[in-house]
This record gives sequence, structure tokens and C-alpha cells, in this order.
Amino acid sequence: MRNRTRIAWTFLVPTLVLMAMVAGWPLGRSIWFSLTDTSINDISAGKFIGLANYFGEFGLFANPNYTEGFWKSDWGLSIRNTFQFSIVSVVLETLAGLGVAMLLNQDFKGRTLARAAVLIPWAIPTIVSAKMWGWMLHDQYGLINQVLLDWGLIAHKIAWTADPSYALWTVVAVDVWKTTPFMALLILAALQTLPKDCYEAARVDGVHPLRLFWKVTLPLIKQPLMVAMVFRMLDALRIFDLIYVLTSNNSTTISMSGFVRREMVENGNLGYGSAASTSLTLIIFLSAVLFMRTARLKLSEESS
Amino acid sequence: MNSRQSCHLAAVALALWTTASSQAASLTISCGSNAAQVASCTKFAEEWGKKTGNTVSLYQAPASTSEALALLRQQFAAKASELDVIMVDLVWPGIIKDHLVDLKKYSKGAEAKFFPAIVANNTVGGKLLAMPWYANVGLLYYRKDLLEKYGLKPPETWANLAAAAKKVQEAERTAGVKDFQGFVFQGKAYEGLTCNALEWVYSFGGGEIVDAAGSITINNDKAARALDAAASWVGTITPGGVLNYAEEESRGVFQKGEALFMRNWAYAWALGQAADSPIKGKIGVSPLPAGPGGKKVATLGGWQLAVSKYSKNVDLAADLVLYLTSREVQKKRAIEGSYNPTIVDLYNDKDILAVNPFMGSLTDIVGSAVARPSTVTGAKYPEVSNAFWDATYDVLAKKASGAEAMKKLQGKLKQVKRSQW
Repeated sequence: MRNRTRIAWTFLVPTLVLMAMVAGWPLGRSIWFSLTDTSINDISAGKFIGLANYFGEFGLFANPNYTEGFWKSDWGLSIRNTFQFSIVSVVLETLAGLGVAMLLNQDFKGRTLARAAVLIPWAIPTIVSAKMWGWMLHDQYGLINQVLLDWGLIAHKIAWTADPSYALWTVVAVDVWKTTPFMALLILAALQTLPKDCYEAARVDGVHPLRLFWKVTLPLIKQPLMVAMVFRMLDALRIFDLIYVLTSNNSTTISMSGFVRREMVENGNLGYGSAASTSLTLIIFLSAVLFMRTARLKLSEESS
Repeated sequence: MNSRQSCHLAAVALALWTTASSQAASLTISCGSNAAQVASCTKFAEEWGKKTGNTVSLYQAPASTSEALALLRQQFAAKASELDVIMVDLVWPGIIKDHLVDLKKYSKGAEAKFFPAIVANNTVGGKLLAMPWYANVGLLYYRKDLLEKYGLKPPETWANLAAAAKKVQEAERTAGVKDFQGFVFQGKAYEGLTCNALEWVYSFGGGEIVDAAGSITINNDKAARALDAAASWVGTITPGGVLNYAEEESRGVFQKGEALFMRNWAYAWALGQAADSPIKGKIGVSPLPAGPGGKKVATLGGWQLAVSKYSKNVDLAADLVLYLTSREVQKKRAIEGSYNPTIVDLYNDKDILAVNPFMGSLTDIVGSAVARPSTVTGAKYPEVSNAFWDATYDVLAKKASGAEAMKKLQGKLKQVKRSQW
């Protein structure tokens, strides 16, 4: 037994060391920075200031200089924007993904080709597809405005990515386009594991397809569906690249990751920015835990 | 041959190799992002390379100046030696002063012929941190053929500009040019918007955000009125998409012939007069208009050349800097690319004026240009600029009135200032 433990440790140690170097040390340093007032101008000159970056006079939360309240401040606004984006985006992607998965589950000619084709939006790197969409959505010489104008659906050209009232929802639309294949694939994998005899019996009994969906399919894929939603939600809460490339990046549409980048990279406040990124991690962790609690997600082997 | 001869041969070869490699240094210069800048810079850097027997390779910086600064600061934090010569924006010396070499001992007084304001801007703590390379001011470009067609003159005030733009825009749209715009400028939330907005605010008499003594002066009604005026253009004479336009996007609309007025930097002239430009020969340039009771003003911009402290070839790099900022090279660049020289007497040069007729009037514009408060706010300038462009963006996007935005901005600037700049 001791021999087996030793062998197990021998196999695990390289991975653990590598993870500590690549993930553990930067994370630890980042958390350490968040407790100091380091600036990028001279990284070695940072002083320890405890939790002042979080709760102090010029901190993230409980800052007395937030003249219009926490939710109108840059940090509060970024939290609100990110959650708005994530919730709408994940719901839409799940519904669309479910539909696409149900379709791809049927047997039809060219099904393999369709399954491969559906993956294309997910496969293109986000920067490339975001730039592409940015050109199509351009207000003066973009394709989308031209097409909508020609079909008479809009009266004059809309500034999709510049107008603050449209910007966030445009980003949601592009994100749904990009990530629906991911959800569809995860749900399809779940659908393929369903036992066929249930459906045979239902067909013999003449059950309505919609009832079949609600009473049989959905409960059976509930667990994988919730897992896919948690994955997507964790991703969506970290959204950065779409907003950065598509929109103008001012404070009203900024996401939490965008705020972190602005503080750390553009303003050079490594201490304050690290505090923001640590808070971001904790917020995402809490959201995931809450979601799994509410969905009563049981990840262990004992099924209901 | 015997071992002694081969030993000698090896020694000679080694000596030759080391002397050859110690002469042919390889420098890296970061000097621009768009194709025209890169081509011009490479040409003159390679000339220097041939003359001195070194090679110069190009490092392409990001297009947005805010991003270029962010990247540069990270490289300085890592003490990277990859960059030798850096093109530095007017507002950067105060921010990156700890990482640049003092050029006074290399320039030997050559800076006396340059614009004093720019040299003063580049001198921090008694050290000359960068040589001025080309000056930039905001200019008003207009379609002189259209102004003639409708019997109008270049506008003297912003109100004139708005009226002229409205008239021509309506007429052109009825005549069939469907997306004709009156006025395009840079409205994206980045440093360029700070430049545009400072022009509006200062020309209305609203001051310069933070004054020379360090007090926050932006919360006044003249500044609020300036921003409200600008917000009134968006959606009427300016497309809503201007909120996402940087320099190239606004130039794209103007160069396609779809705008009457454009506010942009001097580089747009050479590109607008290029052989394949649809508006060649149809553009004019004038100073930006004044606000009511205020005066005409442009934001001072411009780029300088500096040497990184972490470079492995500081002397050679300084030599390259002085070559590129010399009289001959600046004159050639003014003629070929309409880069405004930083040597004052070049503005009276006949050859330059033949190609860029408006440069004669530029001496006054550059001399009276307003600088952004980068020197007084030092390393906190990026945050100050960020807060200012955010506030302006909110007003342009009609999310806040000028007065509300200025009040909020004052609170934010107090937060940035903390106890002192």
C-alpha cells in the first residue's frame, strides 16, 4: 500500500510543481500585489497597505468618493454590465443550443457535414470574428446596415457598436452567434446517451412530441444541461475580447475584466488593479456556487 | 598546415569577427503604426544605417496611443532591452521619465532651434528626455469645392460651422448623396477624444481641465456649454457612429467624399492629396473655429524621439535620434509626408511651402496651441485623461448633460489626485 502511495506521488509531483510555477505563483503574486500600492513605474517600490485597495478611502467597495452610490461608480457599473451580459447571453445560448442539438440529433442526409459546419463560429478565433463583425456592423459602410436599409426594416443607419443603448446587446448577439455551437455540442453529447427504448415506447403509445420533450427528454438531460450552463456562465463573466474589439470601451459598457485591464495596464496601478482582479475571481466563484446550489446540481455519482 | 599556423589563423579570424560585429550594431526603432509613418521612418532610418554601417529594424507599435503607452510601460517594468529608439507622444515624458536617457550631452545645444514650448515639455527635472520630431495640431479640413458651390466661407465660430454643415448636408442628401455628413471628428473613448474635447472647452473659454498650478478647474459652465454644443452635433450633422471613430475612421469618411468638415491632425493632408484620393485638389485647411467670446485654439500634439535607458547601444541610438530630427531629414519629411517640422525656421522654407501652402499659417497655430495637462499631473495623467474622455463621451452619447458630467468629473479627478499630483 505504501509503495502504491509512493508511486502515486511520483506521478503527481511533476504536475503539481508545474502547476505551482505556472498557476500558483502568479496567482499568489497577484493577491500579494492587491495588498500593496504597487505602480508599474517601479514594481519593487510597493508598500503593504492591507485591505485599503478593497475597503479603504480610495478603494473598490465602500468608497466615500462614489458621489452617486456604488452601482453608478465605474466598478459597480462594470459588475452590473457583466452580469447583464452574462445572464442574457447564457439564456439565449442555451435555448438556441438546445434547438440546434435537437435538430442535429435527428437522422438526415448530410448530418455529419451539418455537425461539422455548425462548429465554424466557435472555431474562428474571437479576435478575428469580432473584427469581422465590427466591419459588418460599421454604421457608414457596414453590410448589416445596408441590408436592413434595403429591406426597409430600418429608416436610417444605426450605429450598432457606438450607440450606448445598442452596444451591449450587439455584443450579446455576436457572443450568441459565437458560442451557440459550443452549447449545442455539449447538449448533443447528452442527447446521444439517452436510451432509445423510452422513445420507442412513447411512439407506440402515440404521445405528443412536445409532451415527450417536457416529460422525458428535458429531465434526463437536466444534469448535463446545467453543467454546460455553469461552464458558459463562468466564461461569460470573464468576457473581455468582444467588448474590447467591438465597442468604444468607455465606462458605461465596460466589463469587469475590462475594468481590471484599464486599471492595471492603462493606468499602471498594479496594486489597485490586482485588487479588482482578485475581487473578480471571488465574484465568479460565488456566482458559480450560488448557481449550482439553486439548480441542485449533484456532480457526484449518486443519481436521483 | 601545422597546429601553430592554424592557431594563428583562428586568432586572426576571431579578431576580424569581433571587430566586424562590434561595428555593425543592430538597433530597433519604434516609430509609427500606420503604413505611411512606417514607410517614412524606415526610409530615413535605413539611410542612417547605410551611412554608419549599422542595421535598423522596425518595431510596429499599436495604432491607439493609449495602447502603445501601456505596452511601453510594461516593457520598461521588465527592463527590456529590445527597443532602442522610441517615438514618444507629447504627453508621455512626464509619465515615463524614469526610463529615458538624458539627450543633452548628445544634442550639444541643437534644441535651441526647436519650438521652445515643445522642448520645455520634453525637459523633466532638467533632463532633455526626447528630441521633438514632428509637431501636430488639430486642424479643420473642409471641402473647398462644396463651400464654393453653396457660397460659404470657412467657418470662424462653431455656430457657423454647425449652420454651414447643416445647410450643405441637407442639400447634398436631397441631391442624391445619401450618407453625406456635415462634420466628422474623433469621438471614440480614447486619448484622441481628450484632444478634441479640450479644443471645444478651451475655445469656449472653459480652461484646460487642470491649470498650471494643479487646481481642478474643469467644473465651470463654459466647459459645460462647450460639451453640450458638441453633443448637439451628434445625430444631426455628425453620424452617431462618431462615438467609435478614431483618426483613421473619420478620415475614411472624409476621404471618400462623404463629409464637408473634418477635424484631424496634419497627416491627413498628404493622404487626401495622394494620387488615388477621391478628393484630391478639393480640400482646404483652416484653424479650428472659436466658441462664443472665446478664441481659436488647437490641441498641441506631436511626437518626439527618445532613447530607452535599457538599450544596449545608447550612444548609437542617440546618434540615430539626432539624425532623424536633423534639419535635412525634417525638411524631406515635411515635403514628402506633410509632417510639421519642429524647427521653427523651416516654416519659412520655400520648398516646404510649395507643397504644403497652409504650413505658413501653422507657426501661429502651433505657437498658440493648448497643451494637455500632462506635465502638471505627471504619472497620473493617463487617469486624468481617462476621466475626462469618459465624461465627454457621456455627454456626446446624451447620457448626461454637460453640467452633470463636469460635476462628476470633478469628483473623479479629486479621487485621482488624492493628496497631490
